Amino acid sequence: MDLSMKILVVDDFATMRRILKNILKQIGFTDLHEADDGSTALEELKRSKYDLIIADWNMPKMTGIELLRAVRASDEYKDIPFLMVTAEAQKQNVIEAVKAGVSNYVVKPFTADQISEKLKKIFG
Amino acid sequence: MDANIINPFINATMNVLGTMASIKATTGKPYLKKDNVAKGDVTGVIGLTGAANGTISVTFDEGSILQIVSNMFGEEMTVLDDEIADAVGELTNMISGQARKELEAKGKIFHAAIPSVITGKGHKVIHITSGARIAIPFETEKGSFTIEVCLEG
Repeated sequence: MDLSMKILVVDDFATMRRILKNILKQIGFTDLHEADDGSTALEELKRSKYDLIIADWNMPKMTGIELLRAVRASDEYKDIPFLMVTAEAQKQNVIEAVKAGVSNYVVKPFTADQISEKLKKIFG
Repeated sequence: MDANIINPFINATMNVLGTMASIKATTGKPYLKKDNVAKGDVTGVIGLTGAANGTISVTFDEGSILQIVSNMFGEEMTVLDDEIADAVGELTNMISGQARKELEAKGKIFHAAIPSVITGKGHKVIHITSGARIAIPFETEKGSFTIEVCLEG
């Protein structure tokens, strides 16, 4: 796993962005950026090239699943790995995310080890 | 009071606080709450629709929430500020999500809105729906918090 990869953390709650960034820093990542919903994430993607998107599902304006669909529909961003980190744990949500092309899925609450394991699965 | 409804919220709360904040809370006896005055200083509220409509709220006193968020962030939090309010919203969101997962296994599908947070000493939490308001008290090392579940239908 390339620890210099550029990561975009998308969540409407600053608390969760902070917790995720703390965990990513513990793993060794340094190039960490954030957005507070799907639409601001898309603006950020236009500004800079990202290697990984970590996004919540339930967000105002543009949700995580809408962001995922927009990313996968884009010629430019469609190959960016996308980790959904969400409180939405019902089967229907997981199926919907898989159909939309999510790379992996973490249910809140989570441990640092779970995030690390999911990233290893995505990047091999 | 229906244990099938109450237990998923108790289990979800223990799971969220244990996993995200390494805090083991003890549960008191659930009771029917009659007044609107919150049992603490900051409340997260989230609307539910689906198998039944209603709201759940989680009200923390200052001692409990400062300890919980300090553990979540790995640094000491000393003031009830916007960061704490934001954390209460996310905790409410996670508790709702975990409880809905367990309720799904019991055949009850719920959908949740985005949480809101209310702060202030003696603030009120008014559940608009007509169902009974069940309060579940919890104790932590540094304080207490209460979950209220109000579902109709």
